[in-house]
Amino acid sequence: MNFSELFRLSGLLSRFSPDGKYLASCVQYRLVVRDVNTLQILQLYTCLDQIQHIEWSADSLFILCAMFRRGLVQVWSLEQPEWHCKIDEGSAGLVASCWSPDGRHILNTTEFHLRITVWSLCTKSVSYIKYPKACQQGVAFTRDGRYVALAERRDCRDCVSIFVCSDWQLLRHFDTDTQDLAGIEWAPNGCVLAVWDTCLEYKILLYSLDGRLLSSYTAYEWSLGIKSVAWSPSSQFLAIGSYDGKVRILNHVTWTVITEFEHPATVNNPKIIVYKEAEKSQKLGPGRLPRPLAPAETKYEIASGPVPLQTLKPVADRANPKIGVGLLAFSPDNYFLATRNDNVPNAVWVWDVQKLRLFVVLEQLSPVRAFQWDPQQPRLAICTGGGKVYLWSPVGCVSVQVPAEGDFQVLSLCWHLSGDSIILLSKDHFCLCYLETEEGNSPASGQRLQLRA
Amino acid sequence: MGDWMTVTDPGLSAESKNISQYTSETKMSPSSLYSQQVLCSSIPLSKNVHSFFSAFCTEENIEQSISYLDQELTTFGFPSLYEESKGKEARRELNIVAVLNCMNELLVLQRKNLLAQENVETQNLKLGSDMDHLQNCYAKLKEQLETSRREMIGLQERDRQLQCKNRNLLQLLKNEKDEVQKLQNIIASRATQYNHDMKRKEREYNKLKERLHQLVMNKKDKKIAMDVLNYVGRADGKRGSWRTGKTEARNEDEMYKVLLNDYEYRQKQILLENAELKKVLQQMKKEMISLLSPKKQKPREKADDGTGTVISDVEDDAGELSRESMWDLSCETVREQLTNSIRKQWRILKNHVEKLDNQVSKVHLEGFNDEDVISRQDHEQETEKLELEIQQCKEMIKTQQQLLQQQLATACDDDTTSLLRDCYLLEEKERLKEEWSLFKEQKKNFERERRSFTEAAIRLGLERKAFEEERASWLKQQFLNMTAFDHQNSENMKLFSAFSGNSDQDNLTIHSRPRPKKPHSASNWSPVCTSKLTKSLPASPSTSDFCQTRSCVSEHSSSSVLNINPEETKPNQVGRECINQTWSVASRPTSQEGCYSGCSLTYTNSHVEKDDLP
Repeated sequence: MNFSELFRLSGLLSRFSPDGKYLASCVQYRLVVRDVNTLQILQLYTCLDQIQHIEWSADSLFILCAMFRRGLVQVWSLEQPEWHCKIDEGSAGLVASCWSPDGRHILNTTEFHLRITVWSLCTKSVSYIKYPKACQQGVAFTRDGRYVALAERRDCRDCVSIFVCSDWQLLRHFDTDTQDLAGIEWAPNGCVLAVWDTCLEYKILLYSLDGRLLSSYTAYEWSLGIKSVAWSPSSQFLAIGSYDGKVRILNHVTWTVITEFEHPATVNNPKIIVYKEAEKSQKLGPGRLPRPLAPAETKYEIASGPVPLQTLKPVADRANPKIGVGLLAFSPDNYFLATRNDNVPNAVWVWDVQKLRLFVVLEQLSPVRAFQWDPQQPRLAICTGGGKVYLWSPVGCVSVQVPAEGDFQVLSLCWHLSGDSIILLSKDHFCLCYLETEEGNSPASGQRLQLRA
Repeated sequence: MGDWMTVTDPGLSAESKNISQYTSETKMSPSSLYSQQVLCSSIPLSKNVHSFFSAFCTEENIEQSISYLDQELTTFGFPSLYEESKGKEARRELNIVAVLNCMNELLVLQRKNLLAQENVETQNLKLGSDMDHLQNCYAKLKEQLETSRREMIGLQERDRQLQCKNRNLLQLLKNEKDEVQKLQNIIASRATQYNHDMKRKEREYNKLKERLHQLVMNKKDKKIAMDVLNYVGRADGKRGSWRTGKTEARNEDEMYKVLLNDYEYRQKQILLENAELKKVLQQMKKEMISLLSPKKQKPREKADDGTGTVISDVEDDAGELSRESMWDLSCETVREQLTNSIRKQWRILKNHVEKLDNQVSKVHLEGFNDEDVISRQDHEQETEKLELEIQQCKEMIKTQQQLLQQQLATACDDDTTSLLRDCYLLEEKERLKEEWSLFKEQKKNFERERRSFTEAAIRLGLERKAFEEERASWLKQQFLNMTAFDHQNSENMKLFSAFSGNSDQDNLTIHSRPRPKKPHSASNWSPVCTSKLTKSLPASPSTSDFCQTRSCVSEHSSSSVLNINPEETKPNQVGRECINQTWSVASRPTSQEGCYSGCSLTYTNSHVEKDDLP
């Protein structure tokens, strides 16, 4: 495993381009585009204010930089550095900005969710979509980029509009049977739209592309409901994480629950491997002086017997309590599902989707911040806001200290398309972590992986 | 009669006499009463009885007494005391025999009475104790009754309390349920209230939004604008099209196409899965038929099963199978046929398996013993066979070992190749090799010791020769001086004779003499050092310096020397003899140390010695 040098960064804004060739990062009001392989700066753009959001267009030709405080969006072209585009939302304000899948339109949401403005880079035309709903996940594009579903609120009723992205024509508009819609998400095949209600009620509705209600599912009543939803890449399963600490998996044929994954505080099954992160006892060699401020290296130990996991007692009288399954992710090959139960914040649960049972539990020393699957193989990268990055694969798992002087806390991470590298983001720096490919061209200064099976 | 009257009753009338007769037992005269009391009372008082009798009968009233007694006795049914009078006038004579008989009878009666009394008394006692026991029992039972009654009352009380509690709890439960209901109602009402409020707020919010929209958007805000250098082409290279009904229709079409594609894809998958399943089903059916049909022949011949009809179906189905397999369609009739036939066959199979199970269990129950006997024989045969095999294997191993050893003995250089060839016995070989080297070393040691002994012997011979010469010269001198010192000469002669005898005893006496000369050197040796020396001695028997110290310390180290090693003891003893022999010339410098320079080295192991020693 190799690490690049540290680069400056602000606002955790660093993204690989969709084609995997470039790496864009922001430092205050500057946008830096680097080559992924050489890390040399290819372009440097200066925006009008501190950048708060960036996004690559799907064809990797443009980058938009949003400055919400000013209500401004600036778009830069990678092919034509002199080309520029500035969109000013004026007094309407700006709270969100995103590309349409064709990479030629920008959807800006104004303040108070008054409307969504669709700006075109090809023509002068501007479209408006009124009544967008202010919710957690109100806009969803299909994976093929043909349609966009938009959650709306009209006359105190939730509804969903489906637009054709090519000409922004309304295709379908239907009311949804929800109290207070919280999110929408397309299945990867683009034919089924999952719509779920606010956390006060457990309700998920499944709509076909043509607006027919396929099914609706309610697990229980009178308690906090859905917290997270994820489609499997094959569109075969819909995993629903809820506040009761369970993941329910629906199938795509009958839309009924196949299985429930519980997240108990103690792993009792002796067949389940539990990897526990533990601090290595620091060896004091005769020639090596112990660095007093150096973070202790950690390793994974395999715990046996009933393993109690560290649990958090949620504060009952506060909103958004730290309970329930808040993070869900299917591996790209559909074989595994990684989850995090928010009241067991140190643990990542990996489930075997084929056998529909728990596979492995990883318990970290500190709360898990984020995890992401390698796009190419079943390999999970985890960060906990410390100076380490953790990798799990069915073979074993490993904890790697990021070799950086000073305090480098990995707050977020993002895989490269090829699965060869990961960007590790800290508060004001980022670095790339290169993973050794299986051919084994081991670099000279690399830190070796210590796999514990 | 009148006489009799007088005799019987002197002073009383006939009537009163009768009464007295009747009451005689109870009242009688005071004296008789007393006598009865006496009878009843204890025996020791009987001494006084005589005096009472005497009191009863005096000289004067003998006659009356007798008649009284007679009367009394007759009333009790005894024979009269008087003789049977022949004449009425004659006075009746006292019949002594009768009196004695009466007395005897009375005595017998008395004794009997006493016995009876005794019995009665014991019985009384027994009954009394029984009574006591029963009373005790009674008391105890009463107590028990009391306690159980108390217990019962306690239990009843507890039961009552529990029931009370239960009632309370039920009440509480009811209350709680009511509470829950109430709370649910409250929640529901709150929810409706909340929803209502929300809606109201949202409406207000929407109104505000609308207003804001109007204010912000419709004011022709100059700021809301896009400033772009030049418009870029569309990603697909096409130009934008106008929105018309046509495009709408096209969009619809496309949407349905997408949906259709998805459904088609899914249908294809399902078809594939179905085909797979069908294949499995067909295969299963085929296998079932092949499994069932040959076995079913026999029962069919017997034709006593109820499955006969089903079997014919099976055969029919078997015939149909080829046709069915050709249809690869999901036709309903085919499906039905298939499932039906499978079901039928499954039933047959189940029956068959059950029957088999029954048979097996029957066989187990009936013929268990026979089978057991047979199996035992089989077992014995089998074990014999196995034992034979084991024997063979052992022999094989032995021969292999021999071969291996031979190989090792003949070709040490080929060890590596043989090891490679036969890695199974690698460890064994290694061990053998080690032993081999050890033996070699031991052999070397022995040879070295032998050499040193021969050298020592040669030296000894030389020394003896020199000594002889010296003695000869000395004798010569003595002989020459004999005349001069006559007296001394005689002494020396004695000494000489002792020397010439050359006995061990004399040698020892000489040895013991120089011993006190070297106590310091001996005491300076630390025990560890001495042990080292003693260990190294077998290899260096003739170095004079060591010999000296050796002789000094030999006494406290000899035991340890002896039990170092059985192989070592022999050379050690030899060495000691050697020392003893060489001691007499120890003063002479014998410089063969060069050869044994290595002897001062400390040997940790007596077996392993350095090869570079000669």
